[in-house]
Amino acid sequence: MKAFLRMVLVLLALAEATAAGAADFATLVAALPAGGYADRAKVVRELGLSGDGRALKVLTALAGDDLKVMADGAVVIVYEKTGAAVGAVDGTDKGTPAADSLQRIKLNNAVRRALRTATGMLTLRDPDPAKRLSAARDALRAADPEQIEALDAALAAETDPAVKTVLAEAKAAAVLKSGEASEADQLAAVTLLAQRGDEAAQAALAPVVNAKDPAVAAAVKKALADIAEARKLWGLAQNVWYGLSLGSVLLLAAVGLAITFGVMGVINMAHGELVMLGAYTTFVVQQVIRADAPGLFGWSLAIAAPLAFLVAGGVGVAIERGIVRHLYGRPLETLLATWGVSLMLQQAVRSIFGPDNRDVGNPSWMSGAFHLGQMQVTWNRLWILVFAFAVFTVLLIVLKRTAIGLQMRAVTQNRAMAANMGIRTGRVDALTFGLGSGIAGLAGVALSQIDNVSPNLGQGYIVDSFMVVVFGGAGNIWGTLAGAFTLGIANKFLEPFAGAVLGKILILVGIILFIQKRPRGLFAVKGRAVEA
Amino acid sequence: MKVTRRTLLGGIAATAAAPMVAPRRLWAAEDTIKVGILHSLSGTMAISETTLKDVMLMLIAEQNAKGGVLGKKLEPVVVDPASNWPLFAEKARELISQDKCVAVFGCWTSVSRKSVLPVFKELNNILFYPVQYEGQESERNVFYTGAAPNQQAIPAVDYLMSADGGSVKRWVLEGTDYVYPRTTNKILEAYLKSKGVAAEDIMINYTPFGFSDWQTEVSKIKAFGAAGKKTAVVSTINGDANVPFYKELGNQGIKAEDIPVCAFSVGEEELAGLDTKPLVGHLAAWNYFESIDTPENKAFIAAWQKFTNNPKRVTNDPMEAHYIGFNMWVKAVEKAGTTDADKVIDTLPGIEAPNLTGGMSKMLPNHHITKPVYIGEIQEDGQFDVVWKTPDLVPGEPWSPYLPESKDLVSDWVGLKCGNYDKVKKVCLGGA
Amino acid sequence: MGRPEKRLIDRRLGIFLAGLFLLTVAVPVGNLWMAGQPVPTYLVALIGKYLCYALLAVALDLVWGYCGILSLGHGAFFALGGYAMGMYLMREIGARGVYANPVLPDFMVFIGWKELPWYWYGFDLFPFALLMVLLVPGVLAFVFGWFAFRSRVTGVYLSIITQAMTYALLLAFFRNDMGFGGNNGLTDFKDILGFDLARPATKVGLMMLSAVALAGGLILARWVTTSRLGKVLVCVRDAESRTRFLGYRVEHYKLFIFTLSAMMAGVAGALYVPQVGIINPSEFSPANSIEIVIWVALGGRGTLVGAALGAILVAAAKTILTGALPEAWLYALGALFILVTIALPTGVLGALEGGIARLKRPAPAQEVEA
Repeated sequence: MKAFLRMVLVLLALAEATAAGAADFATLVAALPAGGYADRAKVVRELGLSGDGRALKVLTALAGDDLKVMADGAVVIVYEKTGAAVGAVDGTDKGTPAADSLQRIKLNNAVRRALRTATGMLTLRDPDPAKRLSAARDALRAADPEQIEALDAALAAETDPAVKTVLAEAKAAAVLKSGEASEADQLAAVTLLAQRGDEAAQAALAPVVNAKDPAVAAAVKKALADIAEARKLWGLAQNVWYGLSLGSVLLLAAVGLAITFGVMGVINMAHGELVMLGAYTTFVVQQVIRADAPGLFGWSLAIAAPLAFLVAGGVGVAIERGIVRHLYGRPLETLLATWGVSLMLQQAVRSIFGPDNRDVGNPSWMSGAFHLGQMQVTWNRLWILVFAFAVFTVLLIVLKRTAIGLQMRAVTQNRAMAANMGIRTGRVDALTFGLGSGIAGLAGVALSQIDNVSPNLGQGYIVDSFMVVVFGGAGNIWGTLAGAFTLGIANKFLEPFAGAVLGKILILVGIILFIQKRPRGLFAVKGRAVEA
Repeated sequence: MKVTRRTLLGGIAATAAAPMVAPRRLWAAEDTIKVGILHSLSGTMAISETTLKDVMLMLIAEQNAKGGVLGKKLEPVVVDPASNWPLFAEKARELISQDKCVAVFGCWTSVSRKSVLPVFKELNNILFYPVQYEGQESERNVFYTGAAPNQQAIPAVDYLMSADGGSVKRWVLEGTDYVYPRTTNKILEAYLKSKGVAAEDIMINYTPFGFSDWQTEVSKIKAFGAAGKKTAVVSTINGDANVPFYKELGNQGIKAEDIPVCAFSVGEEELAGLDTKPLVGHLAAWNYFESIDTPENKAFIAAWQKFTNNPKRVTNDPMEAHYIGFNMWVKAVEKAGTTDADKVIDTLPGIEAPNLTGGMSKMLPNHHITKPVYIGEIQEDGQFDVVWKTPDLVPGEPWSPYLPESKDLVSDWVGLKCGNYDKVKKVCLGGA
Repeated sequence: MGRPEKRLIDRRLGIFLAGLFLLTVAVPVGNLWMAGQPVPTYLVALIGKYLCYALLAVALDLVWGYCGILSLGHGAFFALGGYAMGMYLMREIGARGVYANPVLPDFMVFIGWKELPWYWYGFDLFPFALLMVLLVPGVLAFVFGWFAFRSRVTGVYLSIITQAMTYALLLAFFRNDMGFGGNNGLTDFKDILGFDLARPATKVGLMMLSAVALAGGLILARWVTTSRLGKVLVCVRDAESRTRFLGYRVEHYKLFIFTLSAMMAGVAGALYVPQVGIINPSEFSPANSIEIVIWVALGGRGTLVGAALGAILVAAAKTILTGALPEAWLYALGALFILVTIALPTGVLGALEGGIARLKRPAPAQEVEA
């Protein structure tokens, strides 16, 4: 009841203050906890427009869930580490209140949106140009006629050309939204946004397509059409990028199989589970890092990669020595035995880690995206592409330039003769299988960044991997490379037109037809050995 | 070698012979009441269903500690239908006719429920189904303790249309291609149109199960959202595909402030596999959240974490549904004084049991229950912060009034004794 | 492995058929007419299901064991046969569905379709459905095989494109727009030819029919493989190029046996569906097809009877283990596969016969072992 009365009083005071013209900072802060989300968003906006130097700190605290209400109704900022509280308005020391005596000021998306804009308005004059740029972007995103004044002031003071451009665009968006400026100003605003030509510009232009002024409306229409046209071309490039990215994932998943299956002829149904082991290794590494050395988190993937290689490779060697070794000369039966291994590995992971997804975090350098023209490239996909190429190159070097690579090729081409030359074929078999399995582990590290880390992880990739290897031509890792990227890009070009499901079906039918044309895949191995 | 082979052969022969002598659990003690638990412990659905098996074991253990039911101990019978739909039917039959279970708690996907339905009808047993589903079904032998569409989808859209939810004007209905999303989206489409949303402001999109490459789809959503109108995504994406979806959302920089995603299949359990920092503010609509602060919920969470011996183990909505369903069943059995299926089925409607959010849920004559609806926003700690809730409990309605084919249907197993009664033609449809 | 003998019914097949006959007599008697019902209805449905799997395994053994075509897509033919039967069963429900639509199955009303798509026409007639059970898988196999064998796609390449085929069908049938019920598939069948599916007598009848089909399938397969054609098939398996150079049109032989096998798989699927009560796209999943291969390998490739035995063994093991060891049955099943492959290179049947042979001829004749 007391709280309710207080809320009413505060709301009344707020109404009065707003009516008086400029709400006083202290009243605004006191009003933050009151009312519903809509009221809170309004107060946040007012704080942003108030230009008060203290507002930024309060809003940052609110965004970080550090702004609390004490039992006596005072709004305080609580320092997360020490638990100490200071008055939000005047910074007076309020001691260290018990955590459960504090009431949260809850946020929802509307409040968060208002917060972002308000913080933007307050950082338009920040000394850090990066912060100014992000503030200007926020202003563009939330075009608001009331911001024009502040934007003008910021524009006048701005020295950084990049920030200046965005500020001008933000102003243009606000001008268009208000619809009150002169025709010339509005037209200039349209031109400015048309030059920007991205989704933000589209979002700013689209609502004013029916502007009152017919000249402006026509200009907006044309600008939107131009943007759409230009983006179509970029869309093409974007599709190629998506295709490359999907191809790199396929390549990683399949290249290990290209060795065990393509080179050795072992149908390793447990390949997917080896990928899964790599992903779980990443998870374990991250758990250890989180617990013992949080500073190393950025390096977690770099640490996990060699470990994943060793774990999956070790399991691979064990599978080869324990099972596959007994089955050479009976290639199809490896399918049966490795299927059994796959079931057991899945269940083992389920018993140890539980059946649900595990959280594998993205280090900061793997998160977010950057723009290349109008094309968006996400960092994790880019790094996976780079990683896939790196793995492929190293593999190629191992196979073509090292002694063990030479032995591997010798054994696969003619086992008896290789043995006669003194090569320990058993050891080479184990190493080859281990190499293929280790690469599967590496794929797991990459996949942990974009997919579920669950016991089912491997199942999702095994069929696709076999398709890639066979499409490219078993026995040739260049074929796997070509196969992965062809299928990836074809898939991504079909997807926008046919939808994800039909696109995939078309790809599969395509593979079936392609194999009719080239019964031994894209890069067929030629010669008499083929018939064997 | 010879010995091993012969032993192996013996083993195989025994395995082969065993079904002929009718498998029976050797440790089955006399005089217990058997309760079946039919949740996949392996295969694709294990990820979601294993938890439900555990929660049932906990509830049964708790009930036994309180003295069981009708003076007898409850005995859980766990089987693994392995995410294989025909196996679901086989295992249901095994639970009922071999193990003599008097009620079964189980199933997650619609197809598994459809697969076991004929078995429950034929053998006249009781199934408690704890997951939100597409509705359009009401069977005498099934009690639906999860949300019907009107207890999840419609309130969620109402919230997004409200000022608090951002006054959304443009909608992406993104789902996995199966019955639940299809039906939900159809209901939502009809509902949105009835609220004056233009057809060009609705985009419906389907992806396959376990879809993992979301680049194109997410960029499509982004482009759709760049039309200057407030846009939201209503997601009926199924379990496995969610993690890559949200990862892609985060990386492509779609923030909840700009394009919020409201999901119906993402709960605490799914978020446990994700870094939620980039996802703060995205929404989910459920009838229960772990973060809801009531004494019942606190006690339940504490008991759960103790039972699983894992202080970080989360709880979720379908677990609450089993909690409610199990307590309703116990009450009904005690009220009826028997575990006989017919009597319990007749007793269940009208039974009330507390839910974990401070209210009393009631079993309705249509075999659905009353539930509150909550909208939660994802927080950095992987929990949901409730931003909206319905003032009262919402009664579950299996037949959606927004679809032409079901608008005239009602279900009433008490008065009309019919699950699909056509109130216009005044007949009970179907010959069942 | 698969040395074709002259006699149509050799001892191996004879024993199996006798066992099958005993089963078809014992089960109905035990279930329907004996006091105390020593064979519960639950078991009847289960046996019926195993017998369908066994027929499917025989179909695969015919192409893989005798012609060297390792199909990783036989589940597709099985599922198509099943769908054809399922469509009949759906139409048979008629106005007894929840929406009481006399023509449209529930799921079509459910997704808002107004009329029956053309490919559903005729399925209300049982003979037409039966024809489709044979024709749909047969035609698919014929077209697929005609292209693949003519292009001389062999070995793993053939295996993988059969896998691609079943995977594509899986995705296609998942689509609700296809009109086959999407992920839920076809369920809630009421009766077949007027016989109530829930009645034990119907179940017993279906099980007996499955046993007859299995026996028929085995004899047919045996007849084909012991014929002259069967000898050519084995030649193709063992030395395809050489057979071709001898003047045989290898692709014709392959095509014939592939189509025949697909039709057998279709019949197995059609018998399977009314007994388990559901057909849904998961039957198309590549993993299911791999499992069929495992049955055959486990039982003994190229023995027909072994394939049937393998299917029954694995399916029974699954039934028992998923009930008895719900948390650990995958370990047991996985270990079984590994052990059988390593320890029993000729499959269970081979080991069994080897064991019997050893028992008969005690000390000296040890070399019988593979």
